[in-house]
Amino acid sequence: MSDTASESQQSITPEIVAEHGLAPDEYDRILSALGREPNIVELGIFSVMWSEHCSYKSSRRHLKKLPTEGPQVICGPGENAGVVDIGDGQAAIFKMESHNHPSFIEPYQGAATGVGGILRDVFTMGARPVANMNALRFGRPDHPKTRHLVSGVVAGIGGYGNCVGVPTVGGEVNFHSAYDTNILVNAMTVGIADTDKIFYSAASGVGNPIVYVGSKTGRDGIHGATMASAEFDEDSEDKRPTVQVGDPFTEKLLIEACLELMASDAIVAIQDMGAAGLTSSSVEMATNGEVGIILDMDKVPCREEGMTPYEMMLSESQERMLMVLEPGREDMARAIFEKWELDFAVIGEVTDTRHMILTFEGETVCDIPLGPLAADAPNYDRPHVPTPKAAPLTDIPESTDIGADLLTLMASPDLASRRWIWEQYDHMVMADTIQRPGGDAAVVRVHGTSKGLAISTDCTPRYCKADPVEGGKQAIAECYRNLSAVGAKPLATTDCMNFGNPEKPEIMGQFVGCIEGMTEACAALDMPIVSGNVSLYNETTDSDGKATPVLPTPAIGGIGLLHDIEKMATVAFKAEGECLAVIGASYPDIGQSLWLREIHGREDGPPPRVDLKDEKLHGDIVRRLIDEGAVTAVHDISDGGLLVAVTEMALAGNIGIELDAMDAAFAFNECQARYLVTYRTDAPLDRNAVPFEKIGTVGGDAVRVNGADIPLADLRAANESFFENLMGR
Amino acid sequence: MKSAVIVFPGSNCDRDMAVALEQATGAKPHMVWHRETELPDGIGLIALPGGFSYGDYLRSGAIGANSPIMREVKAAADRGVAVLGVCNGFQLLTEAGLLPGALLRNAGIDFICRDVALKVASSQTAFTSGYQSDETITIPVAHHDGNYFADNDTLDRIEGEGHVAFRYDESVNGSARNIAGIVNAAGNVLGMMPHPERMIEPAHGGSDGKRLFDGLVQALG
Repeated sequence: MSDTASESQQSITPEIVAEHGLAPDEYDRILSALGREPNIVELGIFSVMWSEHCSYKSSRRHLKKLPTEGPQVICGPGENAGVVDIGDGQAAIFKMESHNHPSFIEPYQGAATGVGGILRDVFTMGARPVANMNALRFGRPDHPKTRHLVSGVVAGIGGYGNCVGVPTVGGEVNFHSAYDTNILVNAMTVGIADTDKIFYSAASGVGNPIVYVGSKTGRDGIHGATMASAEFDEDSEDKRPTVQVGDPFTEKLLIEACLELMASDAIVAIQDMGAAGLTSSSVEMATNGEVGIILDMDKVPCREEGMTPYEMMLSESQERMLMVLEPGREDMARAIFEKWELDFAVIGEVTDTRHMILTFEGETVCDIPLGPLAADAPNYDRPHVPTPKAAPLTDIPESTDIGADLLTLMASPDLASRRWIWEQYDHMVMADTIQRPGGDAAVVRVHGTSKGLAISTDCTPRYCKADPVEGGKQAIAECYRNLSAVGAKPLATTDCMNFGNPEKPEIMGQFVGCIEGMTEACAALDMPIVSGNVSLYNETTDSDGKATPVLPTPAIGGIGLLHDIEKMATVAFKAEGECLAVIGASYPDIGQSLWLREIHGREDGPPPRVDLKDEKLHGDIVRRLIDEGAVTAVHDISDGGLLVAVTEMALAGNIGIELDAMDAAFAFNECQARYLVTYRTDAPLDRNAVPFEKIGTVGGDAVRVNGADIPLADLRAANESFFENLMGR
Repeated sequence: MKSAVIVFPGSNCDRDMAVALEQATGAKPHMVWHRETELPDGIGLIALPGGFSYGDYLRSGAIGANSPIMREVKAAADRGVAVLGVCNGFQLLTEAGLLPGALLRNAGIDFICRDVALKVASSQTAFTSGYQSDETITIPVAHHDGNYFADNDTLDRIEGEGHVAFRYDESVNGSARNIAGIVNAAGNVLGMMPHPERMIEPAHGGSDGKRLFDGLVQALG
């Protein structure tokens, strides 16, 4: 298809429809929307707009249930990113997005362009990006591809973020065989803008120029959105040509040029070209503005000769933006983009037709009414069945040696030190990183103020698999705890919903269950979801026809506000002689614990119960104690349980701890709504105001429990050994 | 004292450097775009900031070293104006021929971002006058190409003439003789891979970097 005449005349066969990932009934819908057969350009545009990735056709009706509002919310889901008020005329703008399929096929570029895409979503709205985070899930450590994928994804995230100059301040990583052939790479960006300088995507003003800026359009990434909307099979690696290639240097220039132009009043609307590139950006701008759009495809800056309108509209070349400018401001804007050595082209204008019209070489090559394309896209109520409740554990194993179990856990894939990863990320550029990776939440200072933004990404997929509703609640609750544990008031969240094939009722049941739990927790903890992304079809079918879906993984990214960074808490023990206490009750809930999995090889039982009233109460108490300066170190208890959390505090402070006697169930259960705190003996906590139990005294150079000393040096060596062994460096 | 920060396409520590210079000098530095052909009058200190000028394409610092403003930076250095290059700034200074040697890919291949212990090899330069010789300080690194290389004769000469400003206290990136920063023969140009501007207040985890800027401003009067 190098020749447009043949392109617009090509007849549409059922095979071509199927190649575009459209079901026969969806094609019928196109026929009735147009009242005629589409040409290939139009078919391509429908196929990407109606892909799962762009249309949310399986998830839309369920996402609607999530709480999205609150006095702190300036803009909820529907724009490029969510916007939350952080006081003093400033807003935090943030979102998390998946780049799973490309990262499995080509880990470096897949992960790098994932970071690039989420950065654009944030600075498109007028924010300077101030922090990147990520949530990664890999297969089992001894799977032949895992090492290659870890190495490539980490290098790709670092390679992009480091060059752009936005610190990557933290994240989370899990390993599980369910991700062997379908890893999850979720990237999050947080930016800061003035509340009176936030930019939206709705095009307006008939006759206003539509401007293309950034990189030229190439043939890379064509059909990326469609690929992200289908299951994997054994030939997936043949899809490598559909993975985009990133250029962080150009992105950096684009950030600076856009922010420079945004300081003027020239921009009416702006939208980045992400998945489905020029198609989705132009359709969304016109649809959100309830206008029409006409584009002259001869004017699109192209990297290669002979590109057709079909290729231009479906390319996912990176580092591009589409803007509507105020009339007469083109020259001023052009001068800014030329200074930054970026392409700038007026490629069309806003119309009142409610149609998207594309012309090329004097011919109309596309004329689509916008209604059916976006608002009337398919919206399915997929059959779903609830996940059966896991049977309670009846045979709880005992531990013979808590110290030995602790060493094993500290070296296990999900608990090992992530230092190997974060040292490859520039986590300090911008010089406002106040809490570095390794704590409960990262904290970046709001530049030039004493305020801090706390950021955490959280999800425990094994809980979600065992009980999607409780797992969905727990993901929000853990995020709330991590933000509270540094002293930040949790403000809002973004979600990245990674699931298997939604056409299977049990998978759809997981999705619906997680949404139900998240909805309850977001409401109870006042953490509305303000942006997000859904990634379905994370499922691989092998040559025997056996399908492996990923664990249900609703990754949550949350932000919180610290009014005074001087008061921020960290996990490290501070001084010998201080008391260690646990806030919150322990139940004998050992099901789905890492202790059960890593020590006893079992992944059974129900996950720990989530009591949202306790979460709220204990979070409020911990934040108050931090604000009053009554506690010297704080750590939430999550994966691995209490003894692992205590050990992390000891390693961070490089001071030991002498603990009261405990059994394995107390040491390793993962009961929720709990925090560890230290306090000075001369300033004890108030028993009437804080539900706590003292469990030890800080001091020495070992974790001493039940009469045995486990030296910190051994624990540190175990904790560091996993990545050293896995990566061989 | 008037200072300037040169901004290249892809610089990303220019703001951090400006904050550190303002803290030390009491005045906002001039931010000078790389295409300028003149420096503002009366500049006493020029900083080349960290980042990825021109994306580090070709070689780190290679393209930026040919930017129009670099002719003026060289002329100013020849006149004795102090020039501080940090990270990508160090790479630019070696590419521009203002300092000997080259910065190669880290020996461990990976990008490295962490605090490192540095030995102050000489407190006899304006840049290190805020420290004691042989003192150990903590300043972070964040680089992919920080592996300092020069031939043995050059290394012997810069060591013999006291031009090594900082050494890593342990092997960090494979640098020859653990060199982290050097000055030119006249002592008015310093290139270093560690980022002093990221360690200028307790919130950063320490203030050892601040002492470089304070000492420098005091020495330059």
